[in-house]
Amino acid sequence: MIKAILIFNNHGKPRMSKFYEHYTEDTEQQIIRETFHLVSKRDENVCNFLEGGLLIGGSENKLIYRHYATLYFVFCVDSSESELGILDLIQVFVETLDKCFENVCELDLIFHLDKVHNILAEMVMGGMVLETNMSEIITQVEAQGKMEKSEAGIAGAPARAVSAVKNMNLPEMPKNINIGDISIKVPNLPSFK
Amino acid sequence: MPSSVRLQEMIRVIRSARTQGEERGIIQKECADIRAQFRQGDNGERSHSLAKLLYVHMLGYPAHFGQMECVRLIASTRYSEKRIGYLGAMMLLDEKQDASLLITNSIKNDLSHSSQYVQSLALCTLACMGSAEMCRDLAPEIERLLRASNSYIKKKATLCAVHIIRKVPELAEMFTPSARSLLSEKNHGVLHGAVVLITELCKHNPGTLDQFRKAVPELVQIMKGLVTSSYSPEHNVAGISDPFLQVRILRLLRILGHNNDTASDAMNDLLAQVATNTDSSKTAGSAVLYETVLTIMDINSESGLRVLAVNILGRFLLNNDRNIRYISMTSLQKIVQTDHNAVQRHRGTIVDCLKDQDTSVKRRALELSLALVSAVNIRSMMKELLIFLSTCPPELRSHTTSGIFNAAERYSPSKRWHIDTILHVLTTAGGDVRDETVPNLIQLITTASELHCYTVHKLYRALVKDISQQSLVQVACWCIGEYGDLLLKGECEEIEPVQVTEDDVLDALETVLQSHMSSPATRGFALTATMKLSTRITDNVDRIRSIVSNYSSCIDLELQQRAVEYNALFRKYDHMRAAVLERMPVMDKNSPGHTNGDTSGVIKETDPSKLKPVEAGLLSEPASQVCDLLDLLDGTDTPLQPSPAPTNNPTTTSSADLLDLLGGLEPAPVLTETVYEKNGLSLKIQCDKQTDTEVMVTLIGSNSTQNDITNFTLQAAVPKSVQLQMKAPSGNVIPAHGLGQVTQTVVLNNPNKVSLKMRIRVSYSNQGAVHQDTVQIDSFPSPTCPPSVSPL
Repeated sequence: MIKAILIFNNHGKPRMSKFYEHYTEDTEQQIIRETFHLVSKRDENVCNFLEGGLLIGGSENKLIYRHYATLYFVFCVDSSESELGILDLIQVFVETLDKCFENVCELDLIFHLDKVHNILAEMVMGGMVLETNMSEIITQVEAQGKMEKSEAGIAGAPARAVSAVKNMNLPEMPKNINIGDISIKVPNLPSFK
Repeated sequence: MPSSVRLQEMIRVIRSARTQGEERGIIQKECADIRAQFRQGDNGERSHSLAKLLYVHMLGYPAHFGQMECVRLIASTRYSEKRIGYLGAMMLLDEKQDASLLITNSIKNDLSHSSQYVQSLALCTLACMGSAEMCRDLAPEIERLLRASNSYIKKKATLCAVHIIRKVPELAEMFTPSARSLLSEKNHGVLHGAVVLITELCKHNPGTLDQFRKAVPELVQIMKGLVTSSYSPEHNVAGISDPFLQVRILRLLRILGHNNDTASDAMNDLLAQVATNTDSSKTAGSAVLYETVLTIMDINSESGLRVLAVNILGRFLLNNDRNIRYISMTSLQKIVQTDHNAVQRHRGTIVDCLKDQDTSVKRRALELSLALVSAVNIRSMMKELLIFLSTCPPELRSHTTSGIFNAAERYSPSKRWHIDTILHVLTTAGGDVRDETVPNLIQLITTASELHCYTVHKLYRALVKDISQQSLVQVACWCIGEYGDLLLKGECEEIEPVQVTEDDVLDALETVLQSHMSSPATRGFALTATMKLSTRITDNVDRIRSIVSNYSSCIDLELQQRAVEYNALFRKYDHMRAAVLERMPVMDKNSPGHTNGDTSGVIKETDPSKLKPVEAGLLSEPASQVCDLLDLLDGTDTPLQPSPAPTNNPTTTSSADLLDLLGGLEPAPVLTETVYEKNGLSLKIQCDKQTDTEVMVTLIGSNSTQNDITNFTLQAAVPKSVQLQMKAPSGNVIPAHGLGQVTQTVVLNNPNKVSLKMRIRVSYSNQGAVHQDTVQIDSFPSPTCPPSVSPL
């Protein structure tokens, strides 16, 4: 079972935290701090596994982490999960984020925290791995996003108008109409369907 | 998305804060806004506010006032609001909050919603934070959804069922029939969930385990399909087709095949195929291979397969990738108990990993090395472990020292080696050793009487070099006090002789006494040692007297008390001084492996001086714990003196170590008489040594039946004024047909010269039946008269 999934940056600021077991708010923050402390001390070419810290289970649990640019992705798991499997799962998670956000960077995660949670909810549920097929996950996330947009009502009108114009199919208009000696320059008027 | 825009604005504002205080101020203002908005009751804005609140919660600020909002939003009809509401529920609510019960009804309604996304929201939330009551209420709904036609919902419902079973194990039977049918799904997500569900069901109930064993052929089929299938882009990870599912199925097969021959046979081919065909160049392949190896080791597989598995692990161990090395050591740790020899072959590589830079790898290598220590390789392994100790990271130190001590106690080839090893550890890492090390070491030294000279020389040298390691200093002081005369004699075969004068020794002890690095306990040791030297040395007794009288006004109460007592010993009781301070007798332990000094046998005390409570603190609990000697002949039912139990170590094959500790058995017997004979068990008593006040006898048990006698123990009781000391027996199994014997030495001290009697209780098991019997010996064999025995 996965106990917690944490994303924080090189300075220890949390970018996303999901706990699958209940802890008080103070304990959650302490866990994030302690995990950052343990993980930031690691060298670049050592293995990606750490024994758990004091707060999150001790010797039973392991911290499996991966460092991408400025972010640490840490999964805290117990002994029933395959460690190498979780390492692959982190990779799939990051690749999915990349596809959903188009070249994801830390700012994307900061400003779209709810979207990150939604993507994660499609992959891990209740501490157990739900789906690992990237295309399946992306399909579902997009379908849910569409549902939200369709409900947006008036507030969503500008967004809808923009996407409508983008998808419009304009017919070809001649730039000049030559009828004998008269040449009329036709202005560029789009026609609405 | 609209809610994000407001959220983004807030995030931007928070990020622009320069200091922590500024950030706190901004967030407080935002929280006030959010609270006001919640009170207003406009649903549209509510979801934006909740999104903002969740962000603030992630940063670590309190957000409990959002709980009721989550409940309201979940009940809304709009999808976007439900979504935020459920997310909030997962982050802010848990079973301890009362608000969580309020969402049960909403979840129930949403589980039958027409849109699959709404259903999935409800399932997700239930799986994350569903309490036991919620699970009980909603279990039938989940069971219905397990049979739905939509694979998206099915896979979520399966995992939700796993959560329900974890919370409420009694509901497991509800899900068993559906679980079986889920195995025939094509969708990998559903299949994955189904395997997890079956694993959870099997864990909870061994009955279902039998049921699911019938599914083994089906699982084997699925695995075969995955392993041999051609490239399928959707499930492919680095060339392996859906490694996550493969790993899950292998784990389930491990549980199903454990201790079951038919299931294991059905899997053998598959496991061999996976083990040989999987490409382990990438992590995904390694994950599958590693899981296969663990499965092979855990089921009743054939030996060829096991050899293959251990070889794969050995190959992993040599891999350059540290992750793989870590994983292989973890799995070797799991099998080292059962397949010890196979793992021993890789000892060299494992010991090399001790020198790796990575702390995690070092930790695994340490655990594995300690498990691999055996009588054969003890010397080389200990060398490596001691080198490791000098360079190991601080968090591993205490574990290393206790591991080294355990190994040394179990397998030390000689006493001198043992003492050397302990001294080496104390000099390198004296601060990280356990508290019982000091008394254990002292006890060990006293029993190695031939090494006293060597030991005290070595300790003296170590003391002179460095007095910061408290445990080392304590042991050194004690030894110098005890064996100071040997130290001053100067000669010793085993080390180069160095002339040590009495002044040097007293200087060393005084340095310890005065140093600010010494703890109060250490000072106590040093003072007592100084005092003891007053009988061992000849010239500088006055110096000792002055040191001792200095401390009689010391601030430390313990030291002051000792100093005053010693002063009294110098002045008023000078005639007793020699007797009080003579050499300590050899101490006993219950067994070599035990570290708690409290329960050792009776220590022979020849003098009632106040010194003894000080010394006894090192050794074991004095009179309070050890039973007062028994008054056998009063006829009251007093407890019998238990004999120290022999070693019961599953890995040591013989009790030779035990005998070593006792310094060997007595030489050829003089007089033997049989005192008890019944049911094939005969007990003889043999008198070894007899003086006016002391008798040493050996009890010998032998067995003439067809079967071995096991759990053979003797307990003895003697009259009140007689002191009894029972040494550890040679073993507690007497082989059949008189092929072997068990002997136990008993020392009786009879200062008042009363007539010696002893009552012995024999207890043993033979062929599964437990027997107990008592025999009383009224007089002991002596050259003049045979013993008289009266059976009871």
